[in-house]
Amino acid sequence: MNQDQYRILSRRFDRRDGHRLAAYEADGGYRALRRAVGELGAVAVREEVKASGLRGRGGAGFPAGVKWGFVPQGAETVYFMVNADESEPGTFKDRFLLDYDPHAVIEGSAISSFAVGAKLCVIYIRGEFGWLIDRVQKAVDEAYAAGYLGRGAFGGAYELEMIVHKGAGAYICGEETGLINSVTGLKGQPNIKPPFPAVSGFLGKPTIVNNVETVAAVPWILEHGATAYRKFGTEKSPGTKLFSVSGPVRRPGVHEIPLGLPFREFFDDWLGGMADGEELKAVIVGGSSVPVLTAAEAMEVALDYESLATAGTMLGSGGMIIIPQRCDMVELIQVLMHFYWDESCGQCTPCREGTGWLHKIVQRLRRGEGAPEDLALLEKVCEGMAGLTICPLADAAVMPMRSFLQRFRPEFEALAAGRRATEPDSRWAREIRS
Amino acid sequence: MSDPVEDGNGFGLGEQDAARFADVLARYPTRRSALMPTLWLIQDRDGHLSDAAVTWTAAQLELSEAKVREVISFYSMYRDRPQARHVLQVCHNISCHIMGAQPLLAHLEGKLGIRRGEATPDGEFALEGVECLGACGMGPCLQLGKHLYEHLTPERADALVDGLRRSDPPRPDTDRDLED
Repeated sequence: MNQDQYRILSRRFDRRDGHRLAAYEADGGYRALRRAVGELGAVAVREEVKASGLRGRGGAGFPAGVKWGFVPQGAETVYFMVNADESEPGTFKDRFLLDYDPHAVIEGSAISSFAVGAKLCVIYIRGEFGWLIDRVQKAVDEAYAAGYLGRGAFGGAYELEMIVHKGAGAYICGEETGLINSVTGLKGQPNIKPPFPAVSGFLGKPTIVNNVETVAAVPWILEHGATAYRKFGTEKSPGTKLFSVSGPVRRPGVHEIPLGLPFREFFDDWLGGMADGEELKAVIVGGSSVPVLTAAEAMEVALDYESLATAGTMLGSGGMIIIPQRCDMVELIQVLMHFYWDESCGQCTPCREGTGWLHKIVQRLRRGEGAPEDLALLEKVCEGMAGLTICPLADAAVMPMRSFLQRFRPEFEALAAGRRATEPDSRWAREIRS
Repeated sequence: MSDPVEDGNGFGLGEQDAARFADVLARYPTRRSALMPTLWLIQDRDGHLSDAAVTWTAAQLELSEAKVREVISFYSMYRDRPQARHVLQVCHNISCHIMGAQPLLAHLEGKLGIRRGEATPDGEFALEGVECLGACGMGPCLQLGKHLYEHLTPERADALVDGLRRSDPPRPDTDRDLED
């Protein structure tokens, strides 16, 4: 199979000059924006994106066109924000778009802003992507100079200011209300919904937050049409999706596939199977927050929103983590629980305390200080967290915890019966302070 | 309001950064929303955010010092005290863990003679274990300033530390060979 035929978003990833305006324009860049503003108008753009079935690529998978439709009619001030806070462990796809094709992100953001009536667009990039912030800012400066942004763009047919905002190290800012609060100059703690940002967001005004990969698909959809986009993927999961793959496979990295592709085919043909001497044990399909699958389960799934939901997991961000046989699953879940505990913003008690307890109990098991009751205790703590907090961070910790426990229970039981993990965990950077 | 170039208390931005600060204020819709970029402006220059910087920022943006400090303490990348010259931040999250982040950290501890979370007595190096840096397919990796070093091995880590000691570090992996 020719894998290149599916490269919509990644078609410029191999170029050394794809990030420059001249190269992007020579490749047809900014034609879609010109057409959106000059010919189509905002309503037609919204309709086309809605018809394409493009779903939010950050993790939740909500249809982008439908989300845009939630902005109240006649709203005077609307804001558009691009979520480039890519921090979900296992996820590194947006980074490639920003690095190799920043103008596609800028054009997509401009079209999306135009479609919802926003005159200010904020691209929120995680602070750790320092080199990308410079690159994207440079591309934004180029777009201003070429008259695609700013006042009087396209002869005054529309205007848009674009800010590249640098985050400062907080996973929670990937949650849209946390992101909005961060841009406001506050701690990045999420708000309870409703009101949804599309109605009341940044500075109390309607605000749409879309993922980088979502907006990057918009120029292609306008150029080629919703029908062409729907030729890829499945009925309910149309289009292509970037998967960022980590772990010991032959070809880790960012791969673009049509949604609905069987995992087995992806694994064999795109990834080239496991690296020498490695054997597949488990797969986290869509970023660290989604339930883990055993190797056998993974081989039966197709990579689209519906099939993965049926299999008890989620497509999430497409941050696929390949876990080899040599890995101790209790050790890996300790790594993840440390992460969620570290990143909990602290405003909801079940999450603030629960993530720490989960880490502490797993740590105790690995030290050989656990008891058989600890497995039930882990489940009880999960029960006290899931669905009980303002934002999904608590659920994001509970989903891997529960699934690791369910699918790899014997490894937990061996430790609960008093076996000590092979390696001491004194290597943790931060001990839990009790 | 105090003068952004020099506030009379020994803290000021200087001409060039004052112009950048004015640009930030012009672009962000409220003074408060200019807080994060303002803190970055100061930290990029000074290496950390001093008490004087907090006082100055609060006055400029018409916020209480507490509102500035809560933002500084919430985000892990803002630093409220001076840092070592080279802060090596090794990702210890799941993908890098699978690919050997712990042996890498242990190796760097041996190389630098410190434990993670510590700095060398001469203030040259600090070593930290940090959460996911977004280089999962290129792990293990570490962050140094604006850039990432990826696909690390003990040899490449040694070459980095030795290069930094000579002020001639190898080129970061994210400093790609792209056309300018």
